[in-house]
Amino acid sequence: MLRGGVIMDVVNPEQAKIAEDSGAVAVMALERVPSDIRRDGGVARMSDPQMIKEIQSCVTIPVMAKARIGHFAEAQILQALDVDYIDESEVLTPADEENHIDKWGFTVPFVCGATNLGEALRRIGEGACLIRSKGEAGTGNVVEAVRHLRTINAQMRRLQTADAAEIFALAKDLQAPLPLVQEVAATGKLPVPLFCAGGISTPADASLVLQLGAETVFVGSGIFKSEDPVRMAKAIVEATTHFEDAHVVARVSTGLGEAMRGAETTSLEVRLAERGW
Amino acid sequence: MPRVGVLALQGDVREHVSMLEGLDVDVVRVRHPEDLDTLDGLVLPGGESTTIAYLLNSSGIRPVLEEKITSGFSVMGTCAGLILLSSEILGGRSDQWCFGALDIAVRRNGYGRQIASFESPVNVAGVGTVPGVFIRAPKIERCADGVEVLATLDHGDGEHPVLVRHANVWGCAFHPELTQDSRVHQLFTDSL
Repeated sequence: MLRGGVIMDVVNPEQAKIAEDSGAVAVMALERVPSDIRRDGGVARMSDPQMIKEIQSCVTIPVMAKARIGHFAEAQILQALDVDYIDESEVLTPADEENHIDKWGFTVPFVCGATNLGEALRRIGEGACLIRSKGEAGTGNVVEAVRHLRTINAQMRRLQTADAAEIFALAKDLQAPLPLVQEVAATGKLPVPLFCAGGISTPADASLVLQLGAETVFVGSGIFKSEDPVRMAKAIVEATTHFEDAHVVARVSTGLGEAMRGAETTSLEVRLAERGW
Repeated sequence: MPRVGVLALQGDVREHVSMLEGLDVDVVRVRHPEDLDTLDGLVLPGGESTTIAYLLNSSGIRPVLEEKITSGFSVMGTCAGLILLSSEILGGRSDQWCFGALDIAVRRNGYGRQIASFESPVNVAGVGTVPGVFIRAPKIERCADGVEVLATLDHGDGEHPVLVRHANVWGCAFHPELTQDSRVHQLFTDSL
């Protein structure tokens, strides 16, 4: 049950313990956090199973791991390792430029990124159980995550004001499966939980995206690239619970030390959010 | 009308709130110790027990709630909430605390990891069959005398209790809030 919590990227068992001690609802086991992947370049792949197993053995909370977009063999390996969730992630180098993984063929639940409603519904059509904004991972800049959440929300509101005949054309524009579009038009929300990822690096960032409708936040580089990871982790956990209470968010934001350095997204050479379709 | 709180620190708070709103009760989200003041009962939702335990401490709710439970305040824990109310946690972290309000031992993820999650009908005494959603569910491995077992389930390794009650404290290994069936919640609110 991951609703209303923080999922933290960790690269070793020590970080995984810190995450669990700080109140994370799950950890994402990976070899390098997104900001390092961005810095190092090259092909980014699924993590070594050894490292995933070590993390599984040292925490009691769920362990997630990333597979490359379209790389169903990596996903099969992760399922065989009993990971609790697979993130089919644009942070890794895509393995297929046309097709995402057919997630219906798996029993392990998948989380997938989306920049807009059409992309979210395509992923759900392929069997994703959780949707997250893509944001722009590894930048420490929340602007893209905000753009994605606002876009998804605005497009859902548009569907709710459409009449039955307009839904067909809107589904075409969204390039999304009609039954899912009709469901969103009727309910006003996604059929699966909406999480937020990409660039969250302070308690205020967490409060912002939760107020914009995200249920849970992924924090990648933002914790272990900050000056005081333990304090930052705890502060983001508390800000996520008390996101509507500015007094609590103010208290936990006080004297945290430096957040990760961060990058302006307009000057990036590689834009990860453009991976996947 | 009874006032029922839902501990709103982490987990499936919204589902419990909407299920309770369908019954004849006032529903309050509990995030601070003072939110407990005027309540007749409290639901501890499913979620991550380590996360909720951390937030019970940091919010200052833990000592206040502990005191209230001891003096007869009604609580119902589902999944992670059951773990928090138990008196012994198996397979968890060695330093994980619990309220000790129900004299039972629970094994965290006792039915397996996420991938082993399952749904199964559960026969509840005096109620009938309700749908049971078990997600990384805790398994009740020991139950003291005096703890009333309201439902059991055999998931391939013998019967284990999945819904128990001792006086004012109720514990449920599954997630009634994730279904359309409000009879488990009704049992609890009828007792208030």
